[in-house]
Amino acid sequence: MVFWRKKKNEGMQDQERADDELLHHKTDPELSPLIEAENDLAPDNVMAKSMNAIEPRDLTDAHTTPVPDHTPVDDFKESEDLKDHTNEGGWFSRLSKGLSKSSNKLGQSITDVFTKRKLDQEALDELEEILIMADMGPKTAAKIVAAFSENRFDKEIEESEIKSVLASSMSDILKPVAIPLDINGKKPFVMLVCGVNGAGKTTTIGKLAHEYHMKQHKKVMIAAADTFRAAAVDQLEVWAKRAHVPLIKKDIGSDPAAVAFEALEKAKADDVDLLMIDTAGRLQNKANLMEELAKIIRVIKKQDDTAPHAIVLVLDSTTGQNAHSQVQNFKDVVNLTGLVVTKLDGSAKGGVVVSLAQEFGLPIHAVGVGEKIEDLSPFKAEEFAKALVGA
Amino acid sequence: MFDSLSDKLGGIFDKLRGKGALTEDDVNAAAREIRVALLEADVALPVVKEFIEIVKSRAIGADVIKSVSPTQQVVKIVHDAMVEMLGGHDGEQELNLKAATPAAFLMVGLQGSGKTTSTAKISKFLTDKHKKKMLMASLDTQRPAAQEQLKVLGEQTGIDTLEIIKGQSPIEITKRAMNEARLGGYDIVMLDTAGRLSIDKELMAEVAEISKLANPTETLLVVDAMTGQDAVNVAREFDEKVGITGIMMTRIDGDARGGAAMSMRGITGKPIKLMGTGEQWDKIEPFHPDRIAGRILGMGDVVSLVEKAQESLQNEDAAAMAEKFKKGQFDFNDMLMQMRQMTKMGGAGALMKMLPGLGKMAKQIEEANLDDTILKRHEAIILSMTKAEREKPALLNASRKKRIAAGAGTTVQEINKICKQQQQMAAVMKKIKKMGMGGMMKQMKSLMGGKGEELELMAQSMDPDNLGRDMAALKGNDILGANPFDGAGAPSGLPGLGGGMPGLAGLGGGQMGGMPGMPTRGGTKKNRKPKVKKGKRK
Ligand SMILES: Nc1nc2c(ncn2[C@@H]2O[C@H](COP(=O)(O)OP(=O)(O)OP(=O)(O)O)[C@@H](O)[C@H]2O)c(=O)[nH]1
Ligand SMILES: Nc1nc2c(ncn2[C@@H]2O[C@H](COP(=O)(O)OP(=O)(O)O)[C@@H](O)[C@H]2O)c(=O)[nH]1
Ligand SMILES: [Mg+2]
Ligand SMILES: [Mg+2]
Repeated sequence: MVFWRKKKNEGMQDQERADDELLHHKTDPELSPLIEAENDLAPDNVMAKSMNAIEPRDLTDAHTTPVPDHTPVDDFKESEDLKDHTNEGGWFSRLSKGLSKSSNKLGQSITDVFTKRKLDQEALDELEEILIMADMGPKTAAKIVAAFSENRFDKEIEESEIKSVLASSMSDILKPVAIPLDINGKKPFVMLVCGVNGAGKTTTIGKLAHEYHMKQHKKVMIAAADTFRAAAVDQLEVWAKRAHVPLIKKDIGSDPAAVAFEALEKAKADDVDLLMIDTAGRLQNKANLMEELAKIIRVIKKQDDTAPHAIVLVLDSTTGQNAHSQVQNFKDVVNLTGLVVTKLDGSAKGGVVVSLAQEFGLPIHAVGVGEKIEDLSPFKAEEFAKALVGA
Repeated sequence: MFDSLSDKLGGIFDKLRGKGALTEDDVNAAAREIRVALLEADVALPVVKEFIEIVKSRAIGADVIKSVSPTQQVVKIVHDAMVEMLGGHDGEQELNLKAATPAAFLMVGLQGSGKTTSTAKISKFLTDKHKKKMLMASLDTQRPAAQEQLKVLGEQTGIDTLEIIKGQSPIEITKRAMNEARLGGYDIVMLDTAGRLSIDKELMAEVAEISKLANPTETLLVVDAMTGQDAVNVAREFDEKVGITGIMMTRIDGDARGGAAMSMRGITGKPIKLMGTGEQWDKIEPFHPDRIAGRILGMGDVVSLVEKAQESLQNEDAAAMAEKFKKGQFDFNDMLMQMRQMTKMGGAGALMKMLPGLGKMAKQIEEANLDDTILKRHEAIILSMTKAEREKPALLNASRKKRIAAGAGTTVQEINKICKQQQQMAAVMKKIKKMGMGGMMKQMKSLMGGKGEELELMAQSMDPDNLGRDMAALKGNDILGANPFDGAGAPSGLPGLGGGMPGLAGLGGGQMGGMPGMPTRGGTKKNRKPKVKKGKRK
């Protein structure tokens, strides 16, 4: 098909441009290619990759974007991804970096409040305010402070102790919900991603596809059931290419449930491990849009009544107390199984997570800490709590 | 989940009635509740503190007016101060369209806040309403397919977009956009930027550079209404680094309390100019301080209620209803239809919660588990009537009532109650036909007595003109012939309500029935302004 060839050409041109950029010096194209490109091609990685590659021919149908052939550049990029990044600072240092501004402020105010004083009511009030400014909400903040002041009221207390005790009381609340996503046991494991507009659903799917396909070598497929927003499909397509996974799509304006249905058919036929379905952003108070979501699930169940096996709500950490309404309403309509919290690399502290854990106890599977493909990390209660209070 | 401010204050002030003036102690006690209410609405703490000082200074020593409860009075002081703070000075909310052409508008904000959508909305709005020749350019080279997104929106709205040239930097695109605007004779060029975190030094410097290049007449910070405490950091940073001229608040169509509006206004002093009320490009409105103040205080956003009703109502039902309203009729068929609509909307409790001043009542209903059972019982009764009886309630004599009671498994007393209710509603329908909205408001107040704490306030802050304008602004309100409020009045025997709430019915009916004298689409500039006097604020 002409349409096809054009797409392919475009892809090839993009690829060539990217190759050039990577292999040649930015400002001086005459300089020789970067040598690391070859050194880092560990044979193991290449093997694992080629064994796992999905045959484009399996998916030849106008609705499917084929997996691009692997080029040396892909392999170089992949080897980068597969490298041990621990020494370069993992998600925690990223998170700490993001939170450092707030942490400092929080740490600073605690210092101001407590080094010279006994733990009196005024001090507790101020502590409560600090938690409120982290979006914990007045009720949760009061609860945490009350627990903290028990046995400590009117006594001298050291600054370091304040931080660690405060952190540990929050981490106690968060630990039970720090549960990574487990996609084993079902094949295909069907995951539906939902949330309000602009929360980070599409980006999170891109990151997860990268994680499961490129790092864990699972066979991953994604479906573009956001058929509403302008260029939503194109956006997801870019992520599909970045993660080297096939994308199932239909025209903009088509029924999202139909996309989900066909994607599941395809995923079964192709023996896929993980199918992720991206949905359009919807505000939780819009009955018709929530019904659309319910319909997607009903249609999926026609093929597999255990599916979807995960229904993940993506929550923007910039959100304040409305997060409660989001979780509540999505939970009322669909059987939410967990959360992903995004944009924690910003100045928002994400404290609402603490009160959500108290109120709903939904697992937090992962956190988004940036816009790049590897900026997704497991949620770690203790580190999160520590970073939050600056301990 | 949230209590409205007056529910909270109610407990404090219950004993206070008729005490003369509000003392400092009274006000301090109230201040704590106000603080919690504002924090739950996501107003940022520093702004809450500042605001409470303003309220305190106004409330202490204020005379307790006889006819008004102290709660009402404090709520009114808070509400007025908030509208004042949100509203700002005259003309401040207007977009600046006076600059020499081509002028640039720069759209900035966090990731996913709604910049691209808002870019298209503003462009379309200025094209249609102000005959401006608009050009849209996407400088978003970060998010995948961001430039395509704006291009598609351009195609949908018929607004020109700058050609996409892959590989250009935001700075290069800016230069090209400004050049294209000059050559193409455009009035305004909209620069849609990539979302960025306010703590991202590099990207903040980049947008500052863009701003220097384009020298925009408007730099609008686009912020999500759901934003929490971080709103102050975002507003402050963008204002300091880029210099914003105003704020556009998106997703007002959601159920967020919208405290971020106050946070940002309080911190930067910059006006909130526009609201985004939906995903489509026509969902844009001038900022309404009174509407947002009502939301923040949990007084119920009447506009949202109507929207909810609108969603649930079936168009044919609504059209049929509108006919009846025009004729001033209300028979048992109407009652049945309303009860069913009400069930669809989530029952009496859910509806009441959205109504100003009825939060408490909603709780009582929930506790008594009255709503749905009553609805079902009443439905059974009406279904036991013959077609003729439903259409002509006057037919119901003693023997017919006995038969109906037997059929519905209830007592004749119950039948009498529902008849009385129907008569009341019918009477109201007649009155609505005669009276304007203002009259209905007054009637509602007297009917509710002292029970609806905020009605007084509501009557003042949402005067008929304002309310009418809000309602008229709703798209497709002409199909909304039916009255979403009188559903709340349907169950008789509600505590303290007597037979339904004809007054409330009137409120909705007057609006929806398309009463003469209601301002239509957009209203005038005059009635868009808040009604309060401008005071000084630091
Ligand atoms: N800084 C930061 N930005 C993020 C993160 N996750 C997503 N984003 C950005 O947030 C914006 C919205 O992300 P999307 O993935 O398009 O969100 P969505 O929920 O799919 O949005 P809609 O489909 O439009 O409702 C994009 O600009 C993303 O790059 C994160 O963890 N950190
Ligand atoms: N419900 C609702 N959604 C909106 C509104 N404004 C934008 N959106 C949606 O929010 C998401 C992100 O918007 P977009 O314009 O791409 O944000 P950007 O990343 O800041 O450019 C999209 O899904 C939009 O459809 C609004 O006022 N109401
Ligand atoms: Mg998306
Ligand atoms: Mg955008």
